[in-house]
Amino acid sequence: MNAAYLYSLIAVVLLGLISYAGVAVAGLEGFFGIFIPYAALVLFVAGFANRIVTWGKTPVPFRIPTTSGQQKSVPWIKHDRLDNPSNTVGVIGRMALEILLFRSLFKNSRVGFSDVGGYRKIYYKWVVWLWLFALLFHYAFLVTVVRHLRFFTEPVPFFVGMLETVDGMMQVGAPGVYLSGVVLFGMAMLLLLRRIVLPKVKYISIAADYFPLLLIIGIAVTGILMRYFVKVDVGAVKELTMGLATLQPSIPEGGISALFYVHLFFVSLLLAYIPFSKLMHMGGVFLSPTRNLANNSRAVRHVNSWNYPVKTHTYEEYEDDFREKMKEAGLPVEKE
Amino acid sequence: MVDTPKPEELIENIDHTPPEEPWEDTPPDLSPGNFCYPTKKKNLEYLGLPTPTTDEWSPSDEEWPIPENWQQIIHEGFKDLLGKYRSLRIFMDTCVRCGACADKCHFFIGTGDPKNMPVLRAELLRSVYRNDFTRVGKILKKIGGARPLTKQVLKEWFSYFYQCTECRRCSVFCPYGIDTAEVTMMARELLTLLGLNINWILEPAANCFRTGNHLGIQPHAFKEMIEFFCDDIEEITGKKIEPTFNRKGAEILFITPSGDVFADPGTYSMMGYIMLFEHIGLDYTLSTYASEGGNFGLFTSSEMMKRLNAKMYAEARRLGVKWILGGECGHMWRVINQYMDTMNGPADFGEVPVNPITGTRFDNAASTRMVHITEFTADLLRHNKLKLDPSRNDMYTVTYHDSCNPARAMGLFDEPRVVLNAVCNNFYEMPESTIREQTFCCGSGSGLNTEEIMDLRLKGGLPRANAVRYVHEKFGANMLSCVCAIDRAALPPLMSYWVPGVDVCGVHELVGNALVMEGEIERTTNLRFEPLTEEAEVEADV
Repeated sequence: MNAAYLYSLIAVVLLGLISYAGVAVAGLEGFFGIFIPYAALVLFVAGFANRIVTWGKTPVPFRIPTTSGQQKSVPWIKHDRLDNPSNTVGVIGRMALEILLFRSLFKNSRVGFSDVGGYRKIYYKWVVWLWLFALLFHYAFLVTVVRHLRFFTEPVPFFVGMLETVDGMMQVGAPGVYLSGVVLFGMAMLLLLRRIVLPKVKYISIAADYFPLLLIIGIAVTGILMRYFVKVDVGAVKELTMGLATLQPSIPEGGISALFYVHLFFVSLLLAYIPFSKLMHMGGVFLSPTRNLANNSRAVRHVNSWNYPVKTHTYEEYEDDFREKMKEAGLPVEKE
Repeated sequence: MVDTPKPEELIENIDHTPPEEPWEDTPPDLSPGNFCYPTKKKNLEYLGLPTPTTDEWSPSDEEWPIPENWQQIIHEGFKDLLGKYRSLRIFMDTCVRCGACADKCHFFIGTGDPKNMPVLRAELLRSVYRNDFTRVGKILKKIGGARPLTKQVLKEWFSYFYQCTECRRCSVFCPYGIDTAEVTMMARELLTLLGLNINWILEPAANCFRTGNHLGIQPHAFKEMIEFFCDDIEEITGKKIEPTFNRKGAEILFITPSGDVFADPGTYSMMGYIMLFEHIGLDYTLSTYASEGGNFGLFTSSEMMKRLNAKMYAEARRLGVKWILGGECGHMWRVINQYMDTMNGPADFGEVPVNPITGTRFDNAASTRMVHITEFTADLLRHNKLKLDPSRNDMYTVTYHDSCNPARAMGLFDEPRVVLNAVCNNFYEMPESTIREQTFCCGSGSGLNTEEIMDLRLKGGLPRANAVRYVHEKFGANMLSCVCAIDRAALPPLMSYWVPGVDVCGVHELVGNALVMEGEIERTTNLRFEPLTEEAEVEADV
């Protein structure tokens, strides 16, 4: 059995049970509804800022872009502005495609062996699945987050409403189904399944890969349950969330289903977990020196803040070592 | 090489299924043949680097001759690097282990060893990073993916960071641009703190420091070897050429890897350069002091890279040249494009390079003052400055191997192709997924071109060889051209093992063959003294 996966699963289930029991049995609404979300937010903001500041303060001594296209050299050779940017505009283009469309992942291929013709050969096949799952997953996540702004704003901004309309277009009954939630759940499941089924991906996965996926699945499941199956008092939820947003937190009278508190607890955990985990890729992707630098270090000098003098073997020392041999061979020397 | 299996057996036995045992607990295979020989103390001492406590040891030994406080040395070194390189921090923090890189590494494809997946190669370092430098790692330990730095981990580092050629192919596919070359460079820098580098890197580095080139060629010998090529050129073309050495006041300083001076088939490219310069009447000089384009310091530490590279600018300044022209070399161009001006600049000599023959200003090299030979030759061709007879290369069906560093650390893709298409009639590309930014390493880069790991090199070079075999079978390709001295040394044994019948050359060897020089005699052979036509072949036999 895969221990990393099992530990993560147990952790998420336990955490879910704790929050459920905490509210349903022990009546700790204030703890799970007010203290935990605020604590998570503080951890998230402080941790995120700390990480970005640490990264930002660390020097970029060398200009090391991965050049994936033709460099800018002579004018009559077509320069690949996006894959080998020579200026900031190109870098912005490259980064935009990377961040918005996961361009590098789109290039993904798979290696295989073919035994046709007796002699084994290697072939490469373009594979789109990881890119597709990842892209849908992230966009579904984004839409879901934006939709939830409804709970933290009054009046609700117009774009939230517009997004809900688009997201809910696949209406199949009442209440309207939000595509984003379903896709988020589905893609998270596929990404999880990949880690369990594909041998290589399973081999490289650690608990820190399963845990956030399972947590997100937990969030999606509790969210979907609340919306379509176990009715919760949306008005009461909004009362609580608006209280949180306006820094006048209170637990609404009449109470909310404990399921909601599980949802909120999972979200809080995820938020607090981000700065201390691989989920910081959301910040790191902007700062990767192989992507966000122009390949122009021959045209414009890149400065290394910690560049220091080093011991070299000077020409004078070299000539001292070989002067006689050089003279004999007719090579010019500085000192006779 | 007695034990090397037949090619069909070797490829048949590659298995990409990961083993049952988790990688964290699998010890590295450090049996003879699976590691590069560690460096001799004398090389470390000469360069003023930390040394192991004895010279008499092997990585197969249970105990290694390292200082007692080795863990502390590595920890402090790691901390230092984390403070100096944002790349390292980002690459340690952001990997999500999506697995996109897993089968992009030639060593993984050829060996099936899971720790050759770039993600796991980086995890070797990352697990220690978590343990030593992150809160989560300190609290959760093993569950958090953290591993303390044990002797087994150190051995793993030695094994796998000298099993990466820093080719950067994985970084093309990584959604965060995580570059294993960078990770490997950092790990090697840490290992070097304990004197754990390999002899095939440190001996050339020490040579280069003293004599100016990796092969330890002394000034008089360097001159003699070039003059020897000139004798050959005279025999083939009837033209007597007398290049100058260490000449003050020359317009251009030409620097190429010493491999081009020392070993076939690089020497034929050297002949090509000399013929080209003579033909266009270039005012240039060679230097016996800056007699190395390559830089094995890149495979040691950033400081060593800077120390070896310093000669180029120093010599350009001393000789008073306007700019530097650089020969065909792979990692040399990574250093020049991405490091040189930053480390040893700003260039306090000369001016923005201008091709004296065509008047083209190389603004892309305005600051480094250094131009790649294929940029230069492509420019000459564009302006019709060369008289060529490409049919002299008709014995060859040529394909082109994009050398890793000019490809992924520079983007030099079309310049060599412009040249190739002009100097030969039969040129075919290998499949798309194996050229340009997706090119496969020769399997011997970054200092791994050493005999004792020949089996490993043959496995690592398999993806490249597999693509060559494709064009060999489909188009009859029999000549693999490249712009890298390591390639010219590493690809011939790779070809003779996987694709017999394919030879290796530099681009400027083919230029030298095709070039119709003013006043030359009718050529009967190419630069390798092989007859040009079947007729001539018969004559030669008589």
